[in-house]
Amino acid sequence: MGQTIAEKIIAKAAGQQTVKPGDIVTCNVDLAMIHDSGGPRRVKPLMEKLGVSVWDPNKVVLISDHFTPCTDAESANILKLTREWAAEQGIINFYDQQGICHVVTPERGHIHPGMFAVGGDSHSPTGGAFGSYMFGIGATDMLGVLVTGQTWIKVPETINIKWSGDFGVGIAAKDMALKMCATLGMDGGDYQSILYSGDTIENLDMMERMTLSNMAAELGAQSGLIEPDEKTVDYIKSVGGVPGDWQNFKSDPDANYSVSHEFSAIDLEPQVAVPHSPANAVAVGDVGKDQIDQFYIGACTGAKLNDLEMAASVLKGKKIAAGKRLTVAPASSRILAQAIKQGIIEVLLEAGAGLLPPGCGACAGYGVGVLAEDEVCLASTARNFQGRMGASTSKVYLASPYTVAASAIRGHISDPREELL
Amino acid sequence: MSSRVWKFGDDINTDILAPGIYIKLPLNELAQHCLESIDPSFASRVCEGDIIVAGNNFGMGSSREQAPQVLKELGITAVIAASFGGIFYRNAFNLGLPAIISKDFTKIAADHQIELDIKTGRICNITTGQDLVGEKIPENLLTLIEAGGLVPYLESNLNNN
Repeated sequence: MGQTIAEKIIAKAAGQQTVKPGDIVTCNVDLAMIHDSGGPRRVKPLMEKLGVSVWDPNKVVLISDHFTPCTDAESANILKLTREWAAEQGIINFYDQQGICHVVTPERGHIHPGMFAVGGDSHSPTGGAFGSYMFGIGATDMLGVLVTGQTWIKVPETINIKWSGDFGVGIAAKDMALKMCATLGMDGGDYQSILYSGDTIENLDMMERMTLSNMAAELGAQSGLIEPDEKTVDYIKSVGGVPGDWQNFKSDPDANYSVSHEFSAIDLEPQVAVPHSPANAVAVGDVGKDQIDQFYIGACTGAKLNDLEMAASVLKGKKIAAGKRLTVAPASSRILAQAIKQGIIEVLLEAGAGLLPPGCGACAGYGVGVLAEDEVCLASTARNFQGRMGASTSKVYLASPYTVAASAIRGHISDPREELL
Repeated sequence: MSSRVWKFGDDINTDILAPGIYIKLPLNELAQHCLESIDPSFASRVCEGDIIVAGNNFGMGSSREQAPQVLKELGITAVIAASFGGIFYRNAFNLGLPAIISKDFTKIAADHQIELDIKTGRICNITTGQDLVGEKIPENLLTLIEAGGLVPYLESNLNNN
């Protein structure tokens, strides 16, 4: 019986020839990514209690993104502690307020195919876009990794999600992700490993692939992998990374999938997830002209360079509706720099957008740009659970950057194709 | 000893358990906001020794460990659910909070008194007199519960080495 890409990576990390779903194995961790919220502030006191230090500082990437920029003394203290811990532990790969971990980590060449990687954040499956088995864990789990360099895993089944055909103008990977949430549900991934396959996936660029892997979290999967190809290799080389033996990390033709799902991109409509779940996604035309207070282009899911490009393509030469606000938080400082160079930021600002510094911003309610009581937001982020972006009575709708931008022009939820075609 | 039950539905997520807007607060203060968006009085009425029983995908969403941690802080001694969010499930055991998968969750209602045997997964509903079944916890996770969580487990293992 052949092996899936997930099984191959896990077997390698466990030092075994093969593994089979259901096995509980101990794996060596190639990369541990941590951020300011679940990282030093939580593991530092525990490591001191245990009297231990990081097993291999070169395998740790530390990123401050959740509390940047700090907004009060508490968040300032969290960031201070983060910096002190980085110095104490000799963490060379520390990126301080350079953007969101899921984007900065690949952007700085730390991810490559075949890696067994953990991240202290639920959107860590983003690394799967690069053919890495990457998944999210909590702070104490991360403590175990930082101390021992290992963690346990129950070898997952692989769920094959195959997409075919090309989607139309004004549609994006975000619409694919929301469509899958609506069809398969928030537990459709069943904490197994998703493999995204098919010609639609092959034709996506790396940033769009990242959106799909990122939202494997919303499907309840442990990971969301895409087999590495020339695009993966080109991206990794372009950021100074090493692609390694990437050809070895593809699923065998006779690999076993627990379930296979097939989707067509050809007739995919722009999707909007109504509060309070990504699984509430419906075609934009079925939502009605719901009124929105804040339009938000942000997060690891929805503020990469291509996401900002999508928003700018809609907003070029136009203004957002009177009395509304459009808030943009680029996913990283490199993306922001490139977006300035390409004139994207100018287009957004001319349209009336407010610009936040790179970081997690309002997405998880930790940072800047959060919502007041009863306010309603339409966001390019991944998750719209009740109260997530601010006050417990606030509401969040999710959509692609195209749809957020088009809706900002009209002040209510709108079909981006009407602005683009 | 029997425990009082708090009953919740499907998809109780980490933003409901530990709202992001309060995440900077000390644990005991964050805990006061646990579940407030669906049950504002939960934190003030929950008692030491109570158990939560819920439907599918309990704890879905974020990796924030505060989600199981605030439950522990409020005195919850176990969560029984039809299924769990994967990260929450790992986090709960790492903190020494048992998470029991049981398809019999429909046979337990709010304010029922139940007895849970962590080792076997057997649940006795004292209120209805029914014997119910929960899945047995895998050995590696039972070890964590017996140690009181991953930190005490590491503490004793690192000391032994």
